[in-house]
Amino acid sequence: MEKTYTRPKSLQPLQSGFCPGCLHGTASKIISEVIDELQQAHNALLVLPVGCATMGLLYWKVDMIGSAHGRAPAVATGAKRSHPSSLVFTYQGDGDLAAIGLGEILSAANRGENITVVFANNSTYGMTGGQMAPTTLVGQKSTTSPSGRNAETEGHPIPMCELIKELKSPAFVARYALDTPQNIRKARAGIKKAFSYQLEEKGFSFVELLTNCPTNWGLTPLQSLEYMQNHTIPNYPLGVFKDKEAKE
Amino acid sequence: MSKQLMKGCEAVAEAAVRAGCRFFAGYPITPQNEIPEYMSSRLPEVGGTFVQGESEIASINMVYGASATGTRAMTSSSSPGISLKTEGISYLAGALLPAVIVNVSRGGPGLGSIQPAQSDYLQATKAPGHGGFHTLVFAPSTLQEAVDLTYEAFDYAERDRCPVMILMDGCLGSIMESVSLPAMKDPAEFEETKWAVGYNGQSRPTRIITSIYPELVLENNNKARVETYARWAKEDAKAEELLLDDAQYVVVAYGIAARVAKQAVLALRAKGIKIGMIRPITLYPFPKQSFAKLNSANVKAIIDIEMTIPAQMEEDIALATHCAIPIHSYGRSGGNLLDDDGVRQAIEKIVGGEA
Repeated sequence: MEKTYTRPKSLQPLQSGFCPGCLHGTASKIISEVIDELQQAHNALLVLPVGCATMGLLYWKVDMIGSAHGRAPAVATGAKRSHPSSLVFTYQGDGDLAAIGLGEILSAANRGENITVVFANNSTYGMTGGQMAPTTLVGQKSTTSPSGRNAETEGHPIPMCELIKELKSPAFVARYALDTPQNIRKARAGIKKAFSYQLEEKGFSFVELLTNCPTNWGLTPLQSLEYMQNHTIPNYPLGVFKDKEAKE
Repeated sequence: MSKQLMKGCEAVAEAAVRAGCRFFAGYPITPQNEIPEYMSSRLPEVGGTFVQGESEIASINMVYGASATGTRAMTSSSSPGISLKTEGISYLAGALLPAVIVNVSRGGPGLGSIQPAQSDYLQATKAPGHGGFHTLVFAPSTLQEAVDLTYEAFDYAERDRCPVMILMDGCLGSIMESVSLPAMKDPAEFEETKWAVGYNGQSRPTRIITSIYPELVLENNNKARVETYARWAKEDAKAEELLLDDAQYVVVAYGIAARVAKQAVLALRAKGIKIGMIRPITLYPFPKQSFAKLNSANVKAIIDIEMTIPAQMEEDIALATHCAIPIHSYGRSGGNLLDDDGVRQAIEKIVGGEA
């Protein structure tokens, strides 16, 4: 019988420890499929952050560097500059990238480092148990905003794509959601474009993936997808914000 | 070999390049700016990379990334900036990555003073980051020694897969002296590491560089550190000893303070005072062997001279001598320099009081 689907080569043949309904598994799968498609499993170098994504150290089957909280873009800068032939990418959550690592991500983007940053935005600190993130929606409850995020005191969620697209250097900036098969396919195409740009030395690429956190949102997996559709996506518009190669 | 007149920061930078350093990231802070400035033009000449980081934190993490690929990498800063780098130094130690960190230290605490000081001894030797680890700490007192120790630092860092710190101060960074530069090493001739990440054309199992481990692995790594540090203490501790044989008084000083203290020791010897000196060259491991030679029946007092207040090395001296010899200290701090007269008079006062 013809084999039409198999586990991606760049993931370990293991069950993940992500919570039921969590979309980190989906994100990992589409990224690894793209790596396989581009025949980069041997050449990929993944820089992992601090957060749920740190568990990727167990699940990925590519060369990896575990970095300090928020510093993955700086670590990736050092690695890529020293070993330019590697396909260097980070996979960071929103607390890591948009709070403690805001300086590192904006500066790496501004330098136009020829790396790819995949940004998994689920508007919460998942690993530490659901504290308010810089991306938490106004009114969204968390363990440190028990009455819901108050824009008067906590400000508004930080839109990373909209910030990064304003910089001149980045080559590709786009936001996708992982709530439906259709959107997952779009995200997969975006990741492929980002990696291809890096392999073609076109410069910095940034792919934001809107994801969920059923555990810390206190929702069932299905409810969490509805929450994404009703609240997350309206606050974080999907689309390509910048593409250096796009025809005018 | 011919000698050249060089400024301290530039001499250290050139020594690093000759040792095969091909990646440098740093952030501006006085008084070490000549290191990144030099590297920004020098590294591209040899196919290396210079990045001006957006912060000290980013810079040390760039070094972490470069080192993970097996590239000899360095960063430099001065006291407040080193505090910011301690997170990264801890991760380097945890991830078993070699790197060289130069601290051209200045007055503290806080923003302190941009003038030279030796106020980072405790940070460098006891806790250069969280988690309970040490780095080798080299403390040159001349530019030739700074060149030689920096050159060797990369080999030590790779040998034991650990960060190594060069602790100098704003004086050494700024002065000019003649130095003989060592031979240029070609990184292409270095043996390939068995741990670096990044595909090099040869099929192999995937590799991971990380500082997070399962509990038992982490404890085993920590136990291995105990053995490494014991080996360092036995084999790598270095000090210069001066006129110790009949000494009734022993001055202890390192780095720039040792140069001033040495003048005082020689002047007092000329006056007939039986005084000698120990100059630690490695601050970690502390050169206990030199102190083991001191006989408490002969030595009336130890005088610890440091360019910091309160004295910091005093604790290590007390440990190395099992508190068997009284220790006095003299120093200046806050960016105020030690001077010949001040140091000599301070020693004379102690010697007079003891005699």
